[in-house]
Amino acid sequence: MVTDTESMTPDTEPRTETSGGSTGDRPLLEVTDLVKHFPVKSSGVIRRVIGQVQAVDGISFTVDRGESLGLVGESGCGKTTTGRVLTKLYEPTSGSMVFDGTDLSPLSAKQMLPFRKDVQMIFQDPYTSLNPRHTVGSIVGTPLRVHDVVPKNKTLARVQELLELVGLNPEHYNRYPNEFSGGQRQRIGIARALALKPKLMVADEPVSALDVSIQAQVINLLQDLQKEFDIAFLFIAHDLSVVRHFCPRVAVMYLGKIVEVGDRESIYKNAHHPYTQALLSAIPDVKQAQVGGRRERIRLEGDVPSPINPPSGCRFRTRCWKAQDICAEQEPPLLQIGGPGGHFAACHFAEPYDSAIHDAAKAQAAADEEARRKAESAPEPAD
Amino acid sequence: MVGFVVRRLISAVLVVWITSMIVFAVFFYGPSDPGQTLCAQGTRCTPEKAERINESLGFNDPVVSQYGEWLGGIFVGREITIGSSPIDCPAPCLGVSYRTREPVTDIIKDRYPATLSLAIGGAAVFLTVGVTLGVIAARNRGTALDKSMVGGSLVVSSIPYYLLALLAFLYLVNKWGIFSSTSYEPFLDNPVAWASALLLPWLVIGLANSTSYARYSRGSMVEALSEDYVRTARAKGLRERRIVFKHALRAAIVPVVTIFGLDFSALLAGTIFTEQIFGIDGMGRTAILAIPLQNLPVISATVLIASALVVLANLLVDVMYSVIDPRVRLT
Amino acid sequence: MLTEPSTDPTAKEWTSDEPFLVVDDLTVKFPTADGLVQAVTGLSYQVELGKTLGIVGESGSGKSVSSMAVVGLHDPKRTRMTGSIRVGGTEVIGLSENKMRRLRGNDAAMIFQDALAALHPFYRVGSQIAEAYLSHHPSATKREAHQKAVSMLDRVGIPQPDQRVRDFPHQFSGGMRQRAMIAMALVNDPKLLFADEPTTALDVTVQAQILDLLQELQRDFGSAIVFITHDLGVIAEMADDVLVMYAGRAVEYGTCKEILTRPRMPYTWGLLESIPEVESDPTQRLLPIPGTPPSLLLPPSGCPFHPRCRFTGEVPGDLCERELPELEPATGDRAEHLKRCHLRNPAETLDRATALAAGEG
Repeated sequence: MVTDTESMTPDTEPRTETSGGSTGDRPLLEVTDLVKHFPVKSSGVIRRVIGQVQAVDGISFTVDRGESLGLVGESGCGKTTTGRVLTKLYEPTSGSMVFDGTDLSPLSAKQMLPFRKDVQMIFQDPYTSLNPRHTVGSIVGTPLRVHDVVPKNKTLARVQELLELVGLNPEHYNRYPNEFSGGQRQRIGIARALALKPKLMVADEPVSALDVSIQAQVINLLQDLQKEFDIAFLFIAHDLSVVRHFCPRVAVMYLGKIVEVGDRESIYKNAHHPYTQALLSAIPDVKQAQVGGRRERIRLEGDVPSPINPPSGCRFRTRCWKAQDICAEQEPPLLQIGGPGGHFAACHFAEPYDSAIHDAAKAQAAADEEARRKAESAPEPAD
Repeated sequence: MVGFVVRRLISAVLVVWITSMIVFAVFFYGPSDPGQTLCAQGTRCTPEKAERINESLGFNDPVVSQYGEWLGGIFVGREITIGSSPIDCPAPCLGVSYRTREPVTDIIKDRYPATLSLAIGGAAVFLTVGVTLGVIAARNRGTALDKSMVGGSLVVSSIPYYLLALLAFLYLVNKWGIFSSTSYEPFLDNPVAWASALLLPWLVIGLANSTSYARYSRGSMVEALSEDYVRTARAKGLRERRIVFKHALRAAIVPVVTIFGLDFSALLAGTIFTEQIFGIDGMGRTAILAIPLQNLPVISATVLIASALVVLANLLVDVMYSVIDPRVRLT
Repeated sequence: MLTEPSTDPTAKEWTSDEPFLVVDDLTVKFPTADGLVQAVTGLSYQVELGKTLGIVGESGSGKSVSSMAVVGLHDPKRTRMTGSIRVGGTEVIGLSENKMRRLRGNDAAMIFQDALAALHPFYRVGSQIAEAYLSHHPSATKREAHQKAVSMLDRVGIPQPDQRVRDFPHQFSGGMRQRAMIAMALVNDPKLLFADEPTTALDVTVQAQILDLLQELQRDFGSAIVFITHDLGVIAEMADDVLVMYAGRAVEYGTCKEILTRPRMPYTWGLLESIPEVESDPTQRLLPIPGTPPSLLLPPSGCPFHPRCRFTGEVPGDLCERELPELEPATGDRAEHLKRCHLRNPAETLDRATALAAGEG
């Protein structure tokens, strides 16, 4: 569920029916206007702050109990930073993150301690996120020890229980991470995250570093665990197909902002934001083999702009085929555009993809470019 | 870059200044009595005479004013009185040797070139020998050649340095006469004599230190040779020599630079064993002789210079990083 | 017209009937402290100019090892290679290092996955490209090489190439770095290009741009491309022919259309079923291939896939365990689609399994 306090009109009821586990009480996690900036210092004698990397620039979303929200976007969109801020690995610059009624933003490290049981993180790289000098048993058992959840003599039993839950041999608790494959290491990381029975798991690209056949195993595992323990997920990924499979609701990020949010159907079949449309069209499709050759796709020119100096107004306008003057002047708010579960898009011209419009806009842009070139090289008009 | 250098220079000055205070404090609060030391030379020493010397040196003044005097002397020079006759100590005045009554600055100017020559020559030897051996070992990793090089370097490095120097002197100079006697000949007078007289010490310093450089370079090269960009260079069809030197070595040299900076500054601070064994009058020998005599001005001057050199070496090494590796942004 | 295959590896014209790259029964083994790693066994394939071969496999399949063998990137002292690899008519196995070096980066080039690690961090991009050019055109001047670097950067779509040519790799974005690597690989107009997971580390929109670029360059330069990846979607869009590798062997080989629309080998089925697709039913559970890829030190007996295969029961006796299946035509005796499997009627087996799964789902 998404809220945008500026655009909320009284008669919209953005209550989603598709989220499982919600019984009408407040959402498990409510993020409002979350901002994370990283300062850029000058290189002179006195190191002044000369700019900010606006990694996350005011995003709002909610996650209900037992629900999965997918957070997708490409490099530099801020999704990983969001995950880190949520687990307080980074301190937020501003905004609130209300978890089960308590705002986590202002909490000190000490005050955060009890919440660490409830919010856990799974990391992307199974090769570097496990300490190679600790045994598997120690890695999985440390959270139990730190939070005093289980009496000391019961720790081993619980560790073995967890290893079994994630599909590993419980007898291997004395082994070291380098004795396991990538997929198995990822399972160890999941077991560790699971140890404290968290209510929310922030999974940061949990399967990207794995082989295709192993990815499916781990995704299935996460789904099973979610069902069994009613865990909410914030599933951060750049692979849209994987996210779609795992998350009933998906939020798309671009350059620190959420540009579109909705349930599966809305996003994948009825995307309204041009960036989402371009993103979806760029995914290579196995079925293309039947036809041969490349799929027709929306071609985005150029690179993502720098987050230190994002474009004014709508951040996507520099690559958008629909961009008009208003896009540079006014940042489009995240407005509800429909959908039974709440479908929001931040665009002045949000509409389903129409290739005619796209092609026309491209033709217009090409014509403008041509005209400009001619004007530049034209000889001075004689009096 | 400029900002970085300026900032580092400021902190360098700070470090050296604090070091000077610490040195001063150590000797002030330590068991030293210059009066006793100085008057013990030659004539009979009475407690009154010693006390008079101490008084003239300002030894009974509060430590702060003594330090102030000393610090001021560095910038504008001062007059130091031992006993009756005042000695003129022009800027930069680091005090006057208790033993010879010479201004310490002059002593340093006199002895320093020898140490500098030893350091430069020795460094040149161990750098080239060490890195070359390391590169050869890395390229032939796992072979008998590699293993024998590693083994050999371990053997040499486990021989205490002074023993190595001593053996070299005893056999190569005295017994077999392969090298003529070693000493320091001023470079400007006769470069050839300068080099030939110092050749043996250079070789000894070079050999002894080359072992660690061989090991570092080897490890670093092995890693560099397995990097992706070396694979790319091969895929481009470049010649092996180019790949080894321009691609792998350039990257592998970075950790070696760090170590070299520290080693070189240590050498500059005084190659004590070498100078003593080979009979070269350098800073190291001067320092070591000053200690039992409690020759405070000389000792404190050498410590000060050593600390300044270490700080400077660190700064230079960091600047070198940014020259070698364009990813390094000096902050 | 049948002409004599050129034996000069630096000749730019290839007019023979034989495909530009012919790999025949290639076997690559690495002696290690733990034993002999059998990275590639009995691999055969061909690629013609202007065509793209997609090699699909996961880690340990041998896809990268076999490609590096073609370009001679393995240390001859630590590798045992047998079989035949002919690039432009020249036999590569056993070729002297000197001749091999002249072929690398010149007739056959390779681009890698992580462009940031694959480019030297200390040297400017332009000089790295110029270096590739000068290495094979020793009579060219530095200025010519520089010009070539600028024009190649322009060719691969890097804006303001004359300025960016002086940048360092870390100053480029991921997509631009990959373009720069492509520019560097193509500067000498190689007839054969190996692309080892070139877009795996890139965002999907950037990936699309790079794939566009590769296809465009193939059209213009007429080169043969071998595209190595584990992403079947990319294969579907880029490859003319597909080679599926498992445990160092080819297990399925044929045209892209055949392999991806009518796969005939359980591993390929497994791969296709385990990837979530944007079109498929999201509530349907994924069907991963159970188990993990095999060790190449001690490969399984018989068919290397049998420990993970769901269909060994359909094959009489313990044939899968005992005997390595041959690479045979899937249907009739058309060599258009080869598969390595003991199943007599794979199409039927797959249909039955699909119906069963649909019934359960």
